[in-house]
Amino acid sequence: MSEQVLDREALEAQHPIGIYLKVWILLFVLSAFSYMVDYFDFQGMIRWTLIIIFMLLKAGFIIAVFMHVMWERMALISAILGPPVVLLVLIGLMASEADYVFGTRVDHLGQPAAAERIHVSDVHVEGAAEH
Amino acid sequence: MSNQAVDKVGHWQTVCDDWGDDKQAFKVHWGKFMMWIFLVSDTFIFSCFLVGYMKVRMTVTDPWPFPSEVFALTLFGNSIPLILIAIMTFILITSSGTMALAVRFSHFRDKKRIAQFMFITAAFGASFVGMQAFEWSKLIAEGVRPWVNPFGAPQFGSVFFMITGFHGLHVSIGVIYLITVAMKILKGHYDKTDYEIVEIAGLYWHFVDLVWVFIFAFFYLW
Repeated sequence: MSEQVLDREALEAQHPIGIYLKVWILLFVLSAFSYMVDYFDFQGMIRWTLIIIFMLLKAGFIIAVFMHVMWERMALISAILGPPVVLLVLIGLMASEADYVFGTRVDHLGQPAAAERIHVSDVHVEGAAEH
Repeated sequence: MSNQAVDKVGHWQTVCDDWGDDKQAFKVHWGKFMMWIFLVSDTFIFSCFLVGYMKVRMTVTDPWPFPSEVFALTLFGNSIPLILIAIMTFILITSSGTMALAVRFSHFRDKKRIAQFMFITAAFGASFVGMQAFEWSKLIAEGVRPWVNPFGAPQFGSVFFMITGFHGLHVSIGVIYLITVAMKILKGHYDKTDYEIVEIAGLYWHFVDLVWVFIFAFFYLW
């Protein structure tokens, strides 16, 4: 019986509950921050910078602590995190291609380069009254 | 192996030798490694969706809708932007927290606590899917379809239904997965193991939360 209690104490020390609760609260706060970016209607560079920073911080904490990656061996960490890096190439290729496609749509198809965005309140929606 | 030796045994024999060598590259439970392989491949699927969405956003000449207005809800007479999505985000994070606790209790072999926290996690997941169903039916009632959208670019509809639908499918499968594992734990199916299954299921669940972080940032906030 006393051995079991000792075991339990050793396990408690080995797997402290604190770090999970701290990360949990941190994720809550970071989510609240990113929601605030939208709520207070930050626009332009500051909006994208804040959104990306909060997103990467949240992703980092989930991967490192919740998914236990920070406690894994380097061979496994590099097998997990290495391959997705090539996605940056895909993003780069698609972004440069997208600029070109947009240009052809504007130059050759006569589509508007800067269309006015539509506010939801300006759209008459059937059945909206039900909600 | 020298060329001469390869000639003698043949190339396929060398493949068999290499793969049947009883070497272990990753010193973790095989099931956990298989889950990681799956999650890395799933990363590429979701990345393709999100990169495709990026390209749509960059090439579309129709106006893109304001997501914070489209996903606003009227509560107590005030229209609050993006509120349902914010609640869904908090629910998913909370479910990740309860799942992390279930994994923690798996080290203690505390079957009751493991199952308890896995059921709580599954309940949060189910409520997330319920809210997503509400959001889908609201947008469908307002006339949003994968090919048309009253608030601007029709591509908004196709991106929305595809990405959130695929993510919602992952959450739904996760709920079934967690309930199945929790029931089997209670029945004693994993008594002779170190309950690695809890950590494996946990990896899947945290991944679903991870994907939502990116969807939230790029689709709802952008």
